[in-house]
Amino acid sequence: MVSTELLSVENLRLAVARSGLEVVKGVSFSMARGEIVGIVGESGSGKTLAARAIMSLEPPAIRRTSGSIRFNGQDVAQLSPSALRQLRGANIGMVFQEPMTSLNPSMLIGRQLDEGLALHRKLGPDERRTLILDMLRRVGIKDPEGALGTYPHQFSGGMRQRIMLASVMLLQPALLIADEPTTALDAVVQRDVLELMVELTRAHGTAVLMISHDLSMVARYTDRIIVMCKGEIVEEGATQDLLRQPKHPYTRKLLAAMPRRLPAREIPVSTSPIVEVRNLVVDYKGRQSFFRKEAGKRALHGIDLSIEPREVVALVGGSGSGKTTLGRAIAGLLEPTGGEIRYAGRSIKPGAQGWNDYRLNCQMIFQDPYSSLDPRMTIGSLVREALRQMPQMNSREKTDRVYEVLREVGLNETYADRYPHELSGGQRQRVAIARAVVRRPAFVIADEPVSALDVTVRAQVLDLFADLQERHGFSCLFISHDLGVVEQVADRVIVMQDGRIVEEGDRDRIFDAPQHLYTRRLLSAIPALETTAAGGVRLKWRFDEDPQIQTAAHA
Amino acid sequence: MRLPAPNAILGGAIIGIVIICALFGAIWTPFDPLKINFAARLQPPGPVYWLGTDEFGRDVLSRLMTAAATSVWISLLTVTAAITAGTVVGVLTGYLRGWTDRILMAFNDALLAFPGILLALGLLAVIGANKYGIILALGLAYTPSVARVVRGAVLSLREKEFVEASRVMGNSEVFTMARHILPNCIAPLTVLATSMFGWVLLSESALSFLGLGVPPPAPTWGNMLASSRSFIAQAVWLGVFPGLCISLTLLGINLLGDALRDKLDPRMRGV
Repeated sequence: MVSTELLSVENLRLAVARSGLEVVKGVSFSMARGEIVGIVGESGSGKTLAARAIMSLEPPAIRRTSGSIRFNGQDVAQLSPSALRQLRGANIGMVFQEPMTSLNPSMLIGRQLDEGLALHRKLGPDERRTLILDMLRRVGIKDPEGALGTYPHQFSGGMRQRIMLASVMLLQPALLIADEPTTALDAVVQRDVLELMVELTRAHGTAVLMISHDLSMVARYTDRIIVMCKGEIVEEGATQDLLRQPKHPYTRKLLAAMPRRLPAREIPVSTSPIVEVRNLVVDYKGRQSFFRKEAGKRALHGIDLSIEPREVVALVGGSGSGKTTLGRAIAGLLEPTGGEIRYAGRSIKPGAQGWNDYRLNCQMIFQDPYSSLDPRMTIGSLVREALRQMPQMNSREKTDRVYEVLREVGLNETYADRYPHELSGGQRQRVAIARAVVRRPAFVIADEPVSALDVTVRAQVLDLFADLQERHGFSCLFISHDLGVVEQVADRVIVMQDGRIVEEGDRDRIFDAPQHLYTRRLLSAIPALETTAAGGVRLKWRFDEDPQIQTAAHA
Repeated sequence: MRLPAPNAILGGAIIGIVIICALFGAIWTPFDPLKINFAARLQPPGPVYWLGTDEFGRDVLSRLMTAAATSVWISLLTVTAAITAGTVVGVLTGYLRGWTDRILMAFNDALLAFPGILLALGLLAVIGANKYGIILALGLAYTPSVARVVRGAVLSLREKEFVEASRVMGNSEVFTMARHILPNCIAPLTVLATSMFGWVLLSESALSFLGLGVPPPAPTWGNMLASSRSFIAQAVWLGVFPGLCISLTLLGINLLGDALRDKLDPRMRGV
């Protein structure tokens, strides 16, 4: 008789080989055939290591100290290397986080897909080709025949993740491990890929172990959720129960960290906007050399927007929508091809009068806290550098101001002498925020300031940001692809697609009554939260029944 | 404070000895390095002449000590010149891009297409063979590769967000280059400088070997090696000791360079 249990992990312990530091501390769970289970946890929770151990793919620096992993009744640890290779791919497939690097860039798509099949299945070339073409069609590649002869770079991130999925599902594994499969993708694309993944695995009866930091994403597609924290499983349960009645404080903390809408703020009516953009056009030049010029690309097609004092305006859109380009153009980091940027009623341009004043009053917070701080400077000198252009302050005042702002962002003076690499991601982003506000600017551009952070850290940084904004009253252009975050922070929302503004309005209007199809598709990717009495949440998916959204998702 | 790594100690010790010998050799040597004494021709190493004598009866140890000063000095100056010029070109082209980049790099690539030693030979033929001629010629020959390496590092650095952050803060381009770009190039530069020190030492030896280096009778490790060639069968020590000096100095420089690179990087501290 075939048992329904597919995988059972018992008391798995993993430790760093050199220091003996335990990173996975006695994890036990099991999965049935065809079941979809989510492992949720923040970075450092050991979720990825635990999942890799299932395939005996833990990194060389990590050693398994105890525990057993049984897959299909076989103990994985007892398998010979060749049996393990059979297990990988043929029985357990894996989809990685980064679609940009998980496909070999120098190998044709057709050959990459063929590799696994040729290795694990005894089929002729023609049969394999039929299977591959069929699978490519199923994952939504429009011209499968043509796709075989192309390279990975010719596809977008979402398409690559589909191809990755196709290559794994071709072998019809009994278990698919998906490690943050869509974290690198846009909200809309993310939903399409996940839906495809669930559909494909259902059809083949494949069980899925979905690893993610995003509780709401996992909740949508899984039957059961395992919550991990610091190497241990803190809670496990059926998805709906776990969300509605979380038992462990950490699960409650995760749920509480999910962005939610706050009551709309009163913004004093002002007479004139602080920043205005009129008919802004940006062209990217094509590749140029001595001998030829390639055609460029228009990134922004005549954008108009205005931002009032004290207002937080969110700019949302998928990748390639031009939102980052717009932010950079307003920050003066790239020169617009046409149009006008006005600050406090005056037209500004690099080198022109008033530019310096604008430069000092318009600051920027970048996305990646790991690359936005010079690794060779201390925190104190990093923040202080922003005060360099302020001759009216003397050295003492500057030092005092640096300490003051470090306290404001929740880091104390002792951090001033540390280097960025000694800080966590959240702390680094606090430093980046400190650097942006230390000069008391009137306007701050924040380009995806929290998308690189863990869920609970993200909630803290967002609170900090709202607090600072309230206290110092700067206006903000908040660029993000994450509508959940936008719903929490924005007063007004601007939706962009393909270099154009498609919809614009107050936050409540956009979130409750979106007009444009693209806005509705964006919104369909994030849940609306309802808090339950037990301290949990109920997730409501927007436009789930909307036929237009459904067809768009499957196009 | 932790003890430095054993590699750093070893490298430091070797370089320390070479420098002490070089300095000491300028003041005092056991014998006059240029004094010819046919009575003591081709003496093997012994109690009087510790490292033996050469075909003119000159003391090898004294000559090696004098040569240390010349060889190390030439290499040091050449590396400094090449690194300075190459870094300036590399940072300018990598950061400014555009026409500056195209013109300077086209010129740079043309130089790079020439074998370094050939270029130096040609230049020496024009300038004339002396100490400063060698420094100029080798410095010019090694500049293009520095420029290439630095430009590559700068190209990736300028896309980093902290460089943009510097622009947003209102810093000038020059300040951004000096404060953010240059310090972050130090790691590749130290590695390059140390290995280049070795190449230059060898090139200088090769030039001396070809008779285009420091003119005899003044000793350098290279020309001592060169003149030992004809006596390799009778007097093996003539070639072995200068060769050992070159190899050991290279070893020391490389060990020290590695340690220096780690030391200069805040990310490697206190880990």
